[in-house]
Amino acid sequence: MGNLERQPGLERLRWQCRRGLLELDLLFEAFLDNGYCSLSDVDKESFNQLLEYQDQTLQEWLLGKVTPEDEAMVHMVKLVRDAT
Amino acid sequence: MNIPIRRFDTLILGAGGGGLRAALQLARADAHVAVVSKVFPTRSHTVAAQGGVNAALANVTPDNWHWHMYDTVKGGDYLGDQDAIEYMCRAAGHLVYELEHAGVPFSRLDSGKIYQRPFGGQSRDFGGAQATRTCAAADRTGHAILHTLYQQNIRARTNFFDEYFAVDFICDDEGTVLGALTMDIATGELLVIEAKTILIATGGCGQLYRTTTNAHINTGDGMGMALRAGIPLQDMEFFQFHPTGVAGKGMLITEGARGEGGYLVNKDGERFMERYAPNVKDLASRDVVSRAISIEVREGRGCGPNADHVLLKLDHLGSDIVAKRLPGIRDTCKTFMHLDPVDTPIPVFPTAHYVMGGIPTDRQGRVVRPSGNAPEEVVPGLYAAGECACVSVHGANRLGGNSLLDILVFGRAAANDILGFLKNNRYHRPSNQEYTDKAYERFARWEKTGDGESVQSIRADLKKAMEDHCGVFRTEKIMQEGVEAIKAIRARIPDVRLQDQSKVFNTARVEALELENLADVAIATMRSAEARQESRGAHSRIDYPDRDDVRWMKHSLYSLEDDSLDYKPVRTKPMSVETFPPKKRVY
Repeated sequence: MGNLERQPGLERLRWQCRRGLLELDLLFEAFLDNGYCSLSDVDKESFNQLLEYQDQTLQEWLLGKVTPEDEAMVHMVKLVRDAT
Repeated sequence: MNIPIRRFDTLILGAGGGGLRAALQLARADAHVAVVSKVFPTRSHTVAAQGGVNAALANVTPDNWHWHMYDTVKGGDYLGDQDAIEYMCRAAGHLVYELEHAGVPFSRLDSGKIYQRPFGGQSRDFGGAQATRTCAAADRTGHAILHTLYQQNIRARTNFFDEYFAVDFICDDEGTVLGALTMDIATGELLVIEAKTILIATGGCGQLYRTTTNAHINTGDGMGMALRAGIPLQDMEFFQFHPTGVAGKGMLITEGARGEGGYLVNKDGERFMERYAPNVKDLASRDVVSRAISIEVREGRGCGPNADHVLLKLDHLGSDIVAKRLPGIRDTCKTFMHLDPVDTPIPVFPTAHYVMGGIPTDRQGRVVRPSGNAPEEVVPGLYAAGECACVSVHGANRLGGNSLLDILVFGRAAANDILGFLKNNRYHRPSNQEYTDKAYERFARWEKTGDGESVQSIRADLKKAMEDHCGVFRTEKIMQEGVEAIKAIRARIPDVRLQDQSKVFNTARVEALELENLADVAIATMRSAEARQESRGAHSRIDYPDRDDVRWMKHSLYSLEDDSLDYKPVRTKPMSVETFPPKKRVY
């Protein structure tokens, strides 16, 4: 999994990124390794919010089938997709 | 080691559909239930079951449970236990209506009845015209069922231990399971949960393979725990593969892609399916296509820098057809491979999807194991349901729409039997520190410090070895090499050291525990596959291409403690109807 130095907050997130769908596992894992650490505090909070959504909803957003209504989630979905 | 203890009537490991269906039944009957789940319950793999759940409701075409039973027996290539299959198919309608009443938003026909769709392997009148049997809530049936069951459980006051990892069973000297040692992933603290009855509902083990459709959580945890507690695993050689997964990642590229005119090519650009199936070519059955891809790669005609996949071409179809008829594939390719299949072929390889084998149970969900001359002695108080179990209703191959049905029917059946058991066994069986210490020993091994191999490298080697030696291309030689390869990998595990010994959300520790489960399940799978000298259902041998009912119409049982294989007969006698005798399986 990750090759970053251990950060307790990040490890908690890493576990929240274990999902019921392989597609989400792969997207979130790549994002934690390649994008999350450089986020602003506001975006980090948005990422936490994103993880609260249901797996099926997240899959539709992250695979580009549906666009979220919330602008912050639109932004976060783009960041996660770009990190893959 | 002084570890806190909590006691419940029932401990359920796993919060997918099987575990939650059982928990609901028990909590509503006022049993004191604990559900342990390593991830938040609604993130269980049941959400991935998009197709639906089979039940002969006859809302679209004429149907009845007996036809469903026939299809299931035939689909399982006559290895399924016919009493359990009859039980499941008879119960199906009732279970679906119960879910409807619990709030699952099934899609509707114009008549207002539950929507049903046709799936492969469904027939009317025992092998006749296509039946339409799969009840669906749009393309999110598993998700809808899981969320409904979770909400109902919260209402029924089921006790959830979210983000707790079950490490090992706590057993007494007779091997009776008394509870489990668990770890709170958030804090690293240990907790012993003792229970009068225990249900294993931890799902599948697709993470055995490098290329799989399964989520990362599917590491065969309950199966590994059962093996270490002296319970054999049954029919583990039967693993369902889908021919076209995204190479190296595993996501499914639906068969619809080839149905729309897509075709496979090797590194020379050759449309190789013409050699393997001259008439139907790329539309040959799943196992034929899977094996052809595997042979192309093995014989050096694979694509890419590692020559480890073939290409699925859709670019000749034109952007209109791809956009209109295969939008999901386009989304997947763009997201994960940054390629548009309209312009660029898709790298594919067979992907591991579902394990038919698992912890042996009877149709009440009770775990059974051989004892003396009895092939199926009940292990008192221990139950299993869902993909981790082998009832066996799927036999040698599972039909689409039967896995959601399996978890619902046998989750409920196990709960019903548990309630009877609890009535007759009102007190916890005595435990002591010594039993807990045994379970703790293995856990404590991971606290050794110093230099050593990493979990990641061993896990990668294990998955590669399983893919190379126990995938869709199986011969004596390949699998004998596989047994040795898996044994060598298992021997490296004691030398692994965790560089991170912290407590809080130490995911490295969880992954180490998962690796041990995978390694135990891997040897069970490899050994069972190597021994079965026939081709049946999903187990396809190049050197034994035919089904052999005389020698092999029997269930495999692998025991870890003495690395041995045993066999037991298939239960061919249904509960109330005539046996379906084995016939050649032709579609």
